[in-house]
Amino acid sequence: MLNAELQQLEKEITRIRDKASEFGLDFFDMRFEICPAEVLYTFGAYGMPTRFSHWSFGKAYHRLKTQYDYNLSRIYELVINSDPCYAFLLDTNSLIQNKLVAAHVFAHNDFFKNNWRFRNTSRWMVESMASSAERIRRYEIQHGRQTVEAFLDAVMSISEHVDPFGRAKKQPVTEKETLLPVSPYEDLWSIGVKEPEKTATKVKKIPAEPERDLLLFIMEHARDLEDWQRDIISILRDEMLYFRPQMETKIMNEGWATYWHVRIMREIDLSDEEMLEFARMHAGVIHPSRLYINPYLLGLKIFEDIERRWDNPSEEERKKYGRPGGEGRQKIFEVRETETDVSFIRNYLTKELVEELDLYLYKKVGYQWKVVEKDWEKVRDGIAESLTNCGIPYIVVIDGDYNRSGELYLRHEYEGVELDSIHAHKTLEHLYTLWGRPVHLETVFDNRKYLLSYNGKNPFRIAI
Amino acid sequence: MSLASFSISQEDWTLHRRGQIDQQRHQEKVREAIRKNLADIVSEESIITADGDKIIKIPIRSLEEYRFRFNHNKQTHSGQGNGDSQVGDVLDADLEVGTGTGRKAGEEPGVDYYEAEVTIDELVELVFEDLGLPNLEPKKDPELSTEAVTFNDVRKKGLMNNVDKKRTILETIKRNALSGVPGLHPIKPEDLRYKTWNLTLNPQSSAVVLAMMDTSGSMGTYEKYLARSFYYWMVKFLRTKYHQVEIVFLAHDTQAREVTEEEFFSKGESGGTRCSSVYQLALEIIDERYDLNTHNIYAFHFSDGDNMFSDNQLCMELIGRLLEKCNLVGYGEIRLDNDSEFASYYDPFYSMPVVANPYTLKNSLSEIKNPRLLVETISSKNDIYPTLRAFFRENSASIAV
Repeated sequence: MLNAELQQLEKEITRIRDKASEFGLDFFDMRFEICPAEVLYTFGAYGMPTRFSHWSFGKAYHRLKTQYDYNLSRIYELVINSDPCYAFLLDTNSLIQNKLVAAHVFAHNDFFKNNWRFRNTSRWMVESMASSAERIRRYEIQHGRQTVEAFLDAVMSISEHVDPFGRAKKQPVTEKETLLPVSPYEDLWSIGVKEPEKTATKVKKIPAEPERDLLLFIMEHARDLEDWQRDIISILRDEMLYFRPQMETKIMNEGWATYWHVRIMREIDLSDEEMLEFARMHAGVIHPSRLYINPYLLGLKIFEDIERRWDNPSEEERKKYGRPGGEGRQKIFEVRETETDVSFIRNYLTKELVEELDLYLYKKVGYQWKVVEKDWEKVRDGIAESLTNCGIPYIVVIDGDYNRSGELYLRHEYEGVELDSIHAHKTLEHLYTLWGRPVHLETVFDNRKYLLSYNGKNPFRIAI
Repeated sequence: MSLASFSISQEDWTLHRRGQIDQQRHQEKVREAIRKNLADIVSEESIITADGDKIIKIPIRSLEEYRFRFNHNKQTHSGQGNGDSQVGDVLDADLEVGTGTGRKAGEEPGVDYYEAEVTIDELVELVFEDLGLPNLEPKKDPELSTEAVTFNDVRKKGLMNNVDKKRTILETIKRNALSGVPGLHPIKPEDLRYKTWNLTLNPQSSAVVLAMMDTSGSMGTYEKYLARSFYYWMVKFLRTKYHQVEIVFLAHDTQAREVTEEEFFSKGESGGTRCSSVYQLALEIIDERYDLNTHNIYAFHFSDGDNMFSDNQLCMELIGRLLEKCNLVGYGEIRLDNDSEFASYYDPFYSMPVVANPYTLKNSLSEIKNPRLLVETISSKNDIYPTLRAFFRENSASIAV
């Protein structure tokens, strides 16, 4: 981009920034970087510019880049949750495209800074991912690229299974600590209670409770892992904990940014030509799809609906909820702070919206994909359910010493949707690499419980 | 309220190639995976019937990023209509729906496996990377040649890897000498000389391949398909790797005849089996057309081995005579297992008990001890590739002198 263009852009972004602040958006300092498509698509594929190297990112990059080359899809920007917040702009964007993107990006920045789920995310992830990538590169030199790649393959297969609200990083609890009374008066509770028999031989169950953080469990309890391997697990776990809030708030975050780019763009002067181009881009962003929910569109519609209903409450809402009216803006700021996608959908996707947007549920019936549900409550609940746990099956560790021989026993908390069995078996093979001993997964197929196992040689499945 | 600050910067990204580098690694893995799956791929029916430059899609499971995920086909998904959708509407669109998992929600297509796109010719190259005609001997008047690269030219422009150091230094010395200050002073760009190559045909020898196939009634559709698969790849292989190799197609039941390539790959026959007929014909053709001094001769025969018992003795004699003339004789016997994938996949009624017949041709032939005779059994699609490798392993058998 030419210097003159950069100056022009800077002037425009100043106006957008001022307008955004006027509206009450509250954001971190902002760093805009202008980069070519290859770079932007690399960041898109890696999730972060500084992340470690892996063939699967290359695969994702290839797909994104191909779609871009064939004009099938286009990323205009990429924002990174950090302080200061980074945004990457495509060097081929026109000025009007960059204006829209900047307005959109300031709202993302506001969302990162204010939504409760991001309170505990690391704001230095750009730097820490860079240093992790550096460590992984060193391990590749020390242990060989193939070895590290195979290990990464294994860890990545289960990297989604963290506990988003779990301990930041647990120090192994020693026996002594657990017996220590929490307060000096703690022993009062046991007055009159018979001292439990000291059964020294009794083996302590690990974990005591079903453990959701599979990565953490393996990092702490797998017996044969080397230090560098534990380090890689911990790196991937930290990254997942960082990405997790973004996965949980996709609809809200995109809806929020779309809501604000419309309002900001309306308030700054645009030529007729720019107005047309803006309308065209905006229409592209909120284009509906028969096969999935467009988060930009759904999020935008819900925020607008909330604002309308709190600005002009119905008679019933005034009486029943004591809503005075005129509180629309305030309410959406509150919602952006306190909800995640699941609660956002459950609390604010109304009958009118489901009908207006013509939302439905569909599934495979025989050989065809058919619309199976139009009832608004079921549609709402169906969407919310598909977002639960970010659409990832809920897997917990039941026993780290199964069969008394150090085998790993996992359970899929079945909630009506079966696992992909090929993926399940192959993932067990990866788990075996990490755990070093046979691994088992309890799950349900055709309403029957099955135990899928892998012992290092053959996968097998038995009904239980 | 103090305003948040912002900055705009534009760096030089030209050296940023991480995406491309990892993409290359991914492509390497695709090729590795294809290589690992060759046995499966080679017997794909869609490949056998396709043209060389046609792009085929090869499913590659090992490139999947496995994880615990829901069965896409049993999940309920949500979508948005045009305003008039009804329960029961069929969504006809291509269903590569985002599964909503992964780092960037909604961007992972719900495909079941990664599909690599390769042309048949690329595949042929992979399949035959390290194969060749075994026991090839130099003969007079060679027609058969392979391509070779020879560096036989020097130019002022070229690839850095191909710098001709000696000539470059000579140029430097020459230049300095001309300028009146002799010696090896700094080498200047204009001194650089590069080697460059030409492709030359490297004549080896002439070869002829006799492709013989049992087309009798006892060869079922699937047996014929297996034999034809083998020959399909053989023909591809010979035509890719060698510039000139003659292939003679012979089909037989109780009688043998020479057929065109097209007939060989398409016609079905019926009748009993007398393998000696085709060996007899092969010997006649060799005697009539091919001088042993100028030709390498290969003979391959595929049959289900259900030969007339009385004929086996004659077969052995004729094979003995073929072995005197041929560099290699390959015999592939197609004996389907009871539980071969065909039995359940193609025809549920097919799986009649195959009684292990001790009198198949294979048993008789295995009495012949000659390193130039290779006998292989094919009992399923997956055996085609190993058989190809067995028959076309360069210098597989030491030549008996």
